[in-house]
Amino acid sequence: MQAQRLVIFFVLFTFAIFMLMPFAWMVLSSFKEADEVFTYDMTWLPSTISFSGYYRALTEQPFLKYGLNSVLVSLIITAAQLTTSALAGYAFARLNFPGRNLIFMVYLSAMMIPSQATVIPSYILIRKMGLIDSYAGLTLPFLAGPFGAFMMRQFFLSMPESLEEAGIIDGCSRFQVLCKIVLPLSKPALASLALFTFMGAWNDFMWPLIIINRDAMRTLQVGLSLMRADLYPDWPMMMAASVMATLPIIIAFLLAQKQFIQSLAFTGVKY
Amino acid sequence: MHSRWKRLGNEQTRTALLALIPSFVIFCAFTIYPIFCSLYLSFFNASLLSSTRTYVGFNNYINLLQNPTFQKAVKNTVHYTIGVVPIGIALSLCIAVLLNNKLRFRDFFRAAFFAPVVTSMVAVSIVWTWMLEPNYGLVNSLLAKLGIAGPGWLTDPAWAMTSVILLSIWKNLGFNMVIFLAGLQNIPAEVNESADLDGVTSFQRLRYITIPMMRGPIGFATIVSMIKSMQVFGQIYVMTGGGPANSTMVVVYYLYQQAFEFYRSGYASAVAWVLFVAILVLTLVQNRLIKSQT
Repeated sequence: MQAQRLVIFFVLFTFAIFMLMPFAWMVLSSFKEADEVFTYDMTWLPSTISFSGYYRALTEQPFLKYGLNSVLVSLIITAAQLTTSALAGYAFARLNFPGRNLIFMVYLSAMMIPSQATVIPSYILIRKMGLIDSYAGLTLPFLAGPFGAFMMRQFFLSMPESLEEAGIIDGCSRFQVLCKIVLPLSKPALASLALFTFMGAWNDFMWPLIIINRDAMRTLQVGLSLMRADLYPDWPMMMAASVMATLPIIIAFLLAQKQFIQSLAFTGVKY
Repeated sequence: MHSRWKRLGNEQTRTALLALIPSFVIFCAFTIYPIFCSLYLSFFNASLLSSTRTYVGFNNYINLLQNPTFQKAVKNTVHYTIGVVPIGIALSLCIAVLLNNKLRFRDFFRAAFFAPVVTSMVAVSIVWTWMLEPNYGLVNSLLAKLGIAGPGWLTDPAWAMTSVILLSIWKNLGFNMVIFLAGLQNIPAEVNESADLDGVTSFQRLRYITIPMMRGPIGFATIVSMIKSMQVFGQIYVMTGGGPANSTMVVVYYLYQQAFEFYRSGYASAVAWVLFVAILVLTLVQNRLIKSQT
């Protein structure tokens, strides 16, 4: 048994090295000097730890601006998703209104619509609204979604109704019940939804790519993708920019590994 | 009493409407309206940049199916899916089975395998492009140390798709692993214990107990991976731009090009609907699978 465990450990360890190798290569390359990477005698470690790649990404290239755009857009989308999803989820879970089941069925079915199938009319709509090159254009389609409403509904349904009844008897309105009783008890679900939404917004690529023309409005992912087109790529600078584009999510992941994995396992229903 | 109930019912409807409206407006404007609008557009010759359009019936669909680049894109998407899904599923199942033991550093391993899932596709595609750089990149440098002259991974039509497939397997391994780990937790301990008592070998256990009992999660992960594969875009955009010589041209990249580089919104909408229907079919198969288990 002990020997078997050792073999398993060794196999997994080898696998893990391969899985982490691109990350190591990214981080180590980001600390190299600009011309240091162009050597046939490849080395893992930079000869000296140089921050010049980061310096160029933040000064010669507008990655600071891109980063701020990404942070702002992701925060707006996450805050709005939590609000709209909690409200809609509560309506579906607890309130009786005509057409509830029908609307919920439409929400459920819409989860299988791939974003690429709706992107052209969405683009035309945003352009007609005059929102090309704006934060509103970047965020509007993602301020609510069927998945968040579905997830919150499932969570609310799993909660005992007796607490809410007590609130109603005490004279609270439904909104007060939601804000004062239900939401404080829903922190795990809200946290999962927030993680999932923030990650999706931060990593989203196709929508910001098509909706933005002005350089100053680009997000990190779009800015990063355009670097690739350079004829003489500045790899240390691009690796530094990649580190900055992945770091917030990696840190969040390391801090909240369990929630991340749980929320993604739950969101297996979405893809 | 009766009027009070009625009032309460009305209040609930009012509250529900207020609560639902923000979500419902966005949902209708950016999911329901666009999906029907793109069906409508697919029957027109339309430009993304102007509002004039002419009705062409099924011409967009006919042209599409006859277009050699689209045919190539479909072929490549199938090639990509076949490259990514079976190997990706098999590898992540192996890792999940190995990780499902009492091990030291189990959390570390799980985090290492899962990390690529949460990082941005654009960033990892840039990193892989640099790793696969033919002269100074990591992969060819390591191969050179073994005396092997590595190919121009992303510049050689024979290797470009393989490179994209490798990246995608690496990126999605952790996602399937999590699904499988959850599935393995559901296999009752007694089953494995009695197998141990019967002196079953590890391989027999995998073949006759684990895989049959994991049929549900495996089916689910396979369909989800297939749907994701049909939507591949970011890594293609960053790593190859559909090239070289259309060797990595896939359906969504083709859609993107037609719509947002050539502004053929009617034609591209037809591509969008072909993709949508294909994904719909897979999703219905998936729902069948889930229902047949429960």
